[in-house]
Amino acid sequence: MKFRAKLVDAACLNNFTRVSNTIAKLAKTCTLRISPDKLNFILSDKVANGGVSMWCELEQENFFSEFQMEGVSAENNAIYLELTSENLSRALKTAQNARVLKIKLTNKHFPCLTVSIELLSVSSSSRVVTHDIPVKVIPRKLWKDLQEPTVPDADVSIYLPVLKTMKSIVEKMKNISNHLIIEANLNGELNLKIETELVCVTTHFKDLGNPPLASENASQYRNSEQMAEVHIDIRKLLQFLAGQQVNPTKATCSKFAF
Amino acid sequence: MKCLVTGSNVKVLGKAVHSLSRIGDELYLEPLEDGLSLRTVNSSRSAYACFLFAPLFFQQYQAATPGQDPLRCKILMKSFLSVFRSLAMLEKTVEKCCISLNGRSSRLVVQLYCKYGVRKTHNLSFQDCESLQAVFDPAVCPHVLCAPARVLGEAVLPFPPALAEVTLGIGRGHRIILRSYQEEADSTVKAMVTEMSIGGEDFQQLQAQEGVAITFCLKEFRGLLSFAESANLSLSIYFDGPGRPAIFAIKDSLLDGHFVLATLSEPDPHPQDLRAPELQQPAPQLQAHSTPHLDDFALDDIDSYMIAMETTVGSEGSRTLPSTSLSPGFQPHCSPGSHSEEEDDTEPSTVPGTPPPKKFRSLFFGSILAPAHSPQGPSPVLAEDSEGEG
Repeated sequence: MKFRAKLVDAACLNNFTRVSNTIAKLAKTCTLRISPDKLNFILSDKVANGGVSMWCELEQENFFSEFQMEGVSAENNAIYLELTSENLSRALKTAQNARVLKIKLTNKHFPCLTVSIELLSVSSSSRVVTHDIPVKVIPRKLWKDLQEPTVPDADVSIYLPVLKTMKSIVEKMKNISNHLIIEANLNGELNLKIETELVCVTTHFKDLGNPPLASENASQYRNSEQMAEVHIDIRKLLQFLAGQQVNPTKATCSKFAF
Repeated sequence: MKCLVTGSNVKVLGKAVHSLSRIGDELYLEPLEDGLSLRTVNSSRSAYACFLFAPLFFQQYQAATPGQDPLRCKILMKSFLSVFRSLAMLEKTVEKCCISLNGRSSRLVVQLYCKYGVRKTHNLSFQDCESLQAVFDPAVCPHVLCAPARVLGEAVLPFPPALAEVTLGIGRGHRIILRSYQEEADSTVKAMVTEMSIGGEDFQQLQAQEGVAITFCLKEFRGLLSFAESANLSLSIYFDGPGRPAIFAIKDSLLDGHFVLATLSEPDPHPQDLRAPELQQPAPQLQAHSTPHLDDFALDDIDSYMIAMETTVGSEGSRTLPSTSLSPGFQPHCSPGSHSEEEDDTEPSTVPGTPPPKKFRSLFFGSILAPAHSPQGPSPVLAEDSEGEG
């Protein structure tokens, strides 16, 4: 089982760092899946009170100038590692002025992901920072729990407004209520609402646009004015919004009937 | 005693007090012929810090009123620090600072003369005390490193602020290596190990052999480092072997500062010898060096680990290394006989903010006054501080 990758482009490093920071804000430990053309960060928080579960996919070609891996076996050509997400983001934070960043799977008393950073330095000599991030190798029999989640066909799917705006609104609402009601319809309208005994506050968004619905089934929301509604825990939503460091081209919110 | 500090030196004095506050809870103030000395020691006696401000640092310096013995006092660090708490305020509004100690009054008076005619007077109570003096001599240390504080500041940048201890050593090719130190006791929760390697060319002085390494408290070192960075001075490190105190010194024409920190004496079963090969590898080591990187996959012995893991019962991922992967040539460090007496030395007190003192050999402090406390030579038990009479 081997893994070795090299990153030389500053913009790629910046993006990779932001992804890592986002994950570090969402959960303490995460799973890193390494396959020949992708890197996946997986959080499967199956806690009863509902946590954030996440599947993040990075095309390795978009980040690394060199990428080599050999999985557990030829048929199972992947590596699953569990690590403390903060360690990776801390390691990447020291790579602000990196000339070259290398990541390698190594074994130093215990399995580690070694991040080795050669810094740009004004002086003639090179400066190298090395971080050994302890990882736990996840055995094959547990891989089935870490597969890409199948996203069921949504009843309503809508593109979100600028996440920063949404975050500041939700943050103010958090002080009034623990639960947020999200209403959306297929007409590009989204409402964020909180209801308490004393007060009811709603923020309306219009003209957001909807992604094309995959399902051919008759959805009760075909009538595009009708709002689909979900109640969620505000703090969990904020946790997700606060973690967002990657500026998405599109962020979609979908409501599913279970 | 009367000292008058003016202009930008007020901020320098304030910064020095901030640095000292990282070490101990009590400040020993002693006006000497050579200048005003401010000293402190931590409660486990594993760190000592001293700043000496030359008479020229002051606009006016009077160590003692003529005919009187110079006075010495000990003040609560918190009280003294509160006068100099806001460095920004010191810089912007304070024009002069006057520190005076009158034998008759029982207060140390610190007066800040600020802009617009504002005068702030602090009356701090103090205790008489013995002179606090640590026994150390940079000249007897065989190894010396000296670099601009900025270089050392950049060197410690990758380490988390919470990291307690760090190992400093000389690696292959005269590179200076800093590595985060983890106590063996915490091995169940494996922490990330960070290592920084800097070329010797960045150092103004490098007199040490490859392979020497000492482990000391990073938090305490940062106290002096931040002062040195703000004053743009060079910092020298004088050290010997593990267990012997390390001396960190800065100097300019108006002041000098010394931080003496104990270093870890216990030989590490996973050697922090920064030159030694990694456990499995008989081949050249993997840490930073300027030669072409050894990227050959053969050096990553993860395969044998994986094989061992897959075949263990209940393969959840054993964390212990299979013994087959240990290189046959590996020899753990032998502990020299002379260290054995210090192994069991356990300090009674633990101060939050300083590392658990149990493995640090205490510095020997001699009281230079009372002949009854004459130095006993190197000993695990330090001479009693005579402040009990206060």
